[in-house]
Amino acid sequence: MEKSKMLMLLAALLPLGLFIFPLWNITLEAPQYPTPLGMNIHINDFTDANPFDIKNINIMNHYVGMKYIPDAIPEFKIFPAGIIITTIIGLIIGFKFNYKWFLGWFILMCVLSLAGLYDFYLWNYDYGHDLDPRAIMKFTNPDGSAMGFQPPLFGSKDVLNFKVHSYPRFGALFLALGIGLSFFAYLLGKKEKIKQ
Amino acid sequence: MKNIIKISIGFLLIAFAFTSCNNSNSSQSKGALSSSAAEKVYVAPGEHDEFYAFVSGGFSGQLAVYGLPSGRLFKVIPVFSVDAEKAWGFNEETKPMLNTSYGFIPWDDSHHPDISQTNGELDGRWVFINGNNTPRIAKIDLTTFETTEIIEIPNTAGNHSSSYVTDNTEYVIAGTRFSIPVPQRDMSIKEYKGNFKGTLSFIKVDPEDGGMEIKFQLLMPGFNYDKAHPGRGKSHGWFFYTTYNTEEAHSLLEVNASQNDKDFIAAVNWKKIEEYVNNGGGTMMPTNYAHNVYDDRTHSATSTMIKEVLMVDPSEVPGAVYFLPTPKSPHGCDVDPTGEYIVGSGKLSSNVTVHSFTKMLDAIENEKFAGEAYGIPILNFEDILAGSVEQPGLGPLHTEFDGKGNAYTTFFISSEVVKWKLGTWEVLDRKPTYYSVGHLMIPGGNSQKPYGKYLLAMNKITKDRYLPTGPEVTQSAQLYDITGDKMELLLDFPTVGEPHYAAGIPADLIKSKSKKLFNLEENEHPYATKTPADVKVVRNGKEVHIYMTTIRSNMNPDNIEGVKVGDKVYFHVTNLEQDYDVPHGIAMIGANTSELLIMPGQTETFVWYPKKVGVWPFYCTDFCSALHQEMQGYVRVSPKNSNIELSWSLGED
Repeated sequence: MEKSKMLMLLAALLPLGLFIFPLWNITLEAPQYPTPLGMNIHINDFTDANPFDIKNINIMNHYVGMKYIPDAIPEFKIFPAGIIITTIIGLIIGFKFNYKWFLGWFILMCVLSLAGLYDFYLWNYDYGHDLDPRAIMKFTNPDGSAMGFQPPLFGSKDVLNFKVHSYPRFGALFLALGIGLSFFAYLLGKKEKIKQ
Repeated sequence: MKNIIKISIGFLLIAFAFTSCNNSNSSQSKGALSSSAAEKVYVAPGEHDEFYAFVSGGFSGQLAVYGLPSGRLFKVIPVFSVDAEKAWGFNEETKPMLNTSYGFIPWDDSHHPDISQTNGELDGRWVFINGNNTPRIAKIDLTTFETTEIIEIPNTAGNHSSSYVTDNTEYVIAGTRFSIPVPQRDMSIKEYKGNFKGTLSFIKVDPEDGGMEIKFQLLMPGFNYDKAHPGRGKSHGWFFYTTYNTEEAHSLLEVNASQNDKDFIAAVNWKKIEEYVNNGGGTMMPTNYAHNVYDDRTHSATSTMIKEVLMVDPSEVPGAVYFLPTPKSPHGCDVDPTGEYIVGSGKLSSNVTVHSFTKMLDAIENEKFAGEAYGIPILNFEDILAGSVEQPGLGPLHTEFDGKGNAYTTFFISSEVVKWKLGTWEVLDRKPTYYSVGHLMIPGGNSQKPYGKYLLAMNKITKDRYLPTGPEVTQSAQLYDITGDKMELLLDFPTVGEPHYAAGIPADLIKSKSKKLFNLEENEHPYATKTPADVKVVRNGKEVHIYMTTIRSNMNPDNIEGVKVGDKVYFHVTNLEQDYDVPHGIAMIGANTSELLIMPGQTETFVWYPKKVGVWPFYCTDFCSALHQEMQGYVRVSPKNSNIELSWSLGED
């Protein structure tokens, strides 16, 4: 078997790491939390970084009228199915199709990942802005508009007494490696073709 | 000319006076006030101490937790005395912990804490401590730092030679200070001699959960059993007890119990007696004592009365008990880390006497007895003597060890700690204490593995050491660095109650096991309310049960109506928090009890008897959150004959 095919098969399998490792992590630091509060986002679940973190994030958030972090969201069904389907497609391409299809899988994965990120952004925005009108504490921006408490999509940000960090975790790395590798497999396949 | 000489001499004297003054200043600055002493006890903000010290409260009945070397107080663990702050003995859950065969007792005199051991080394699972007045042994769990078990000791009075643990915590022991009629009966005090008895109790400790049960009691002659120490290493399997009043006096003991030139250390081969009782030996004797157990899952205690105890007559177990003559009313009875030396501190003696375990076994084997007392063989003083520390000070009380071949003995009368060498018995150093030291503690200093870095002296007299606070002043402890050839006084710090002993342990052995909260899912309290949906108020005749929850920042329900004068109202309050250090409290106006202080995931109950018609508030007593002040509610109390139905709510208009 050509090296490019082997790489493509590996690329298709790598995103399965998302079933083991979290995709993303949001961490909240504050003086009263020497051990910060943290939430891991998996493709099928939200989990505590340390026991009861999500419960405690919810208690903090209720003061400013944010909704509770839900136990389940539709994405928890869509994302795992998406990963499994694209992996199967990737494996079929790896076994049966030529290198040009590798590029197709690469583009598909890029589009889907960007769509996923956008979805995450929308959820984040809603979570940080759709506030209970009877919130205990209401904060306004210097321009008079209601302050939102949206965590950053990527990076760190000060939100009231918390410093909020939002960064990809191991699962995202597996996904990115898979996508990157498929592109590399495409290039390698092209080179092999020219040699022939 | 004469004048000139005079003046010069005068100047010389003045110069000398100033010089010597300077000298004394500089020598002082090398002592406790020097920067090095300050640095040695300085624990920077946010940093942790190297050792935990569990210091008994004496007449406070409690156990205080300090950090060493800083001397900072972290917690006062309620043990034998009620504590309104923590609702110990006030809430329904902990009242059974203070039950005894005499009923509920709100106080005791706590004396000698000892940390559980495995292979003769501290294992940091539990602390045991004795109640002296109404004889009891308590166990404190070092995952929660709470008292989880108290067992009453029958046939005992003045539970003083307690509560020391054997090498593998097979037993924690208790011993009577006052001999009494056993069983108790109406008789003349003057018939003490030969008729009063002293019991030594062996409490078996479950290796898994630390559960205690009295395996047997040893019925000893009517002496006073003062202190005790288990054999270590080579002497594991034996227990040693100091005695005084071998004269068997019953009045004016300060004179009448100080007549014998020598009293005894009783050496008890507990392994031999254990074998004897395991083979059916001993007599079951009717009695009555309480066994109280607190369960972390139900957050509640139960008290069970036990009706019999196994009594062993030592004269029926040959080879089990011997008396080692020891000068002048010995107090401390301390075994060195190797188990070879048994140090008896005759508190009226000018020497510290050290017996040899090897020589003791040899004398027993060769049956070299000097006589017997009540059927118990007495060994010859000279046959078993390892050596004695000559003229070390006045009033020796207690000795611990640093694991480097040195012993440290406190002297109450001459108010000092004396360091001496095991084997050569030479005095190496002495340092004053302020004042009249009782016990001392080296972390692990009574085990096979002492951590010989610090020595804590617990003094009986304080006088001018701190800012005065009227006639009653705090007790005082002093910390010494014992890593060098000479001891160095580092720190004075005040202590709670009157410490009689302490137990120290490296913080690393327990701090990672310390619980942060109770898991709400594992709460098995019969009146727990685990979600706001389960909140309710239930009437059962005159009893009203309020199932309440607390979470930042509300109490649910916070409006309750339908309660009547003459009801008995139970507030069963569950703290729904699952975050470290977010307790909630609750207090009700006019309740004849204390507040509750409820840890995350825990349920506690207090009872309120509404006496007056009206609307009465309750509130959270622990500043839990920014809206703590808003955590409050009302109970409407209607007249006895009112027919208002029970109702409850939170957040309704």
